[in-house]
Amino acid sequence: MSNLLEIRDLHKRYGTVEVLKGVDCTMRQGEVISIIGSSGSGKTTMLRCINMLEEFQGGTITLDGAEIGYETVGGVRRRKPEREIARQRALTGMAFQQFNLFPHMSAAANVMLGLIKVKKMGRDEARALAEKWLDRVGLLSRIDHYPGQLSGGQQQRVAIARAIAMNPRLMLFDEVTSALDPELVNEVLQVIKGLAEDGMSMLIVTHEMRFAYEVSSRVIFMNQGRIGEEGDPREMFVKPKTERLAEFLKSSTFN
Amino acid sequence: MTYTLNFSAVWRSFDLLLQGLALSLGLAALAILAGCAIGLITAFGLVSKSALWRRPAGLYVTIIRNTPILVLVLFSYFALPELGVRLGKIESFVLTLAIYSGAYLAEVFRGGLIAVPPGQREAGLAIGLTELQIRTSIIIPLMLRNVLPSLGSTMISLFKDTSLAAAIAVPELTFEARKINVETFRVIETWIVASCLYVATCSLLAALMRAVERRLAVPR
Repeated sequence: MSNLLEIRDLHKRYGTVEVLKGVDCTMRQGEVISIIGSSGSGKTTMLRCINMLEEFQGGTITLDGAEIGYETVGGVRRRKPEREIARQRALTGMAFQQFNLFPHMSAAANVMLGLIKVKKMGRDEARALAEKWLDRVGLLSRIDHYPGQLSGGQQQRVAIARAIAMNPRLMLFDEVTSALDPELVNEVLQVIKGLAEDGMSMLIVTHEMRFAYEVSSRVIFMNQGRIGEEGDPREMFVKPKTERLAEFLKSSTFN
Repeated sequence: MTYTLNFSAVWRSFDLLLQGLALSLGLAALAILAGCAIGLITAFGLVSKSALWRRPAGLYVTIIRNTPILVLVLFSYFALPELGVRLGKIESFVLTLAIYSGAYLAEVFRGGLIAVPPGQREAGLAIGLTELQIRTSIIIPLMLRNVLPSLGSTMISLFKDTSLAAAIAVPELTFEARKINVETFRVIETWIVASCLYVATCSLLAALMRAVERRLAVPR
């Protein structure tokens, strides 16, 4: 089976600071990969390159065989037209650390916006999908609430519903529990686990080590802009091969 | 010295004042509407990453905001015809007030734009919206909510600025008041009534803007 996602020699610089120094990674459909590593290791940046929220200067990212964000015409690498990039972004869904729900829209309207504007659905069809996915994340009773009326955990579940409703090929989770009070973390992780069981392909940047251990088919340890180590979490977390990962795991809490 | 207030002469010409007020409101409405469009485009220019947009937008705001509006009014009515641009009194004034309010509103809108968290744009991008869709569905609605309080006071200022049209004999409220003043010699009464009309109208505008604010408030 061909790969869902292929990242080849990914390089990313902010000015003169190189934050990704050649990342290679492939992912099959249905895989759940957690990306761990200390802050500044490049894990969030790598995730954000996949949906072009960050530009990158070298390497290629391929989703379902199509190159993301850039094309090479006559030997010159250039950014694809914005319309095409927008279309490609809709193939992935993203949940953010800060939720980023649209505060002036109800939970339903948050989910419906992309369905109506991007997928060109009618309002009724979009509303039905919003109901389905908000029900799925346990928030059907809050469908007409505004983000300001919801707890952090509820907001994050709406944000996940908003992304999933677009029927993405790949879900990207960017430290989705880092901004939550500890007692609200679990309700969000349960939603993600449910999606994993459905066979959704997911890349999860997280600091929740126990969650990464439980949910992932593979774990990637990022270290200073490169992949430091990757493999089955049951092996990696028990017997890290590199000194850096051993240190990182020792400083992390498993709860 | 005693002065007996006698409003009867003013009341006899009250319909003139009301006509003037109606024209004042019309001038302000047209100018503010056009000014909002100009201001919105300029505000996006001011926050643009590209100097190609930012520079001209900045230059426009600098020039217009730093020139007294009376000078602008006189310039477009007396100087523009010399340059071959011939406009009627009312057209000339509306155009001037629109350009003037555009510069002020651009600054108001700019403040509202930078208060919208960048995560909002990213969330829009992530679901596949184009920049234009993000602006119309997310950024502008949030920006407007941010600026409503200051937008209200800017609108009131602009409404009062219509009194400067009297300088080029546009028959708005101040112009009519001056006419009544000259014809009736009831100086104090005339200007008291004209002032009251301005105060009442501005209070109404303020109440209207507060109602809009409440209507658009994000529930929490």
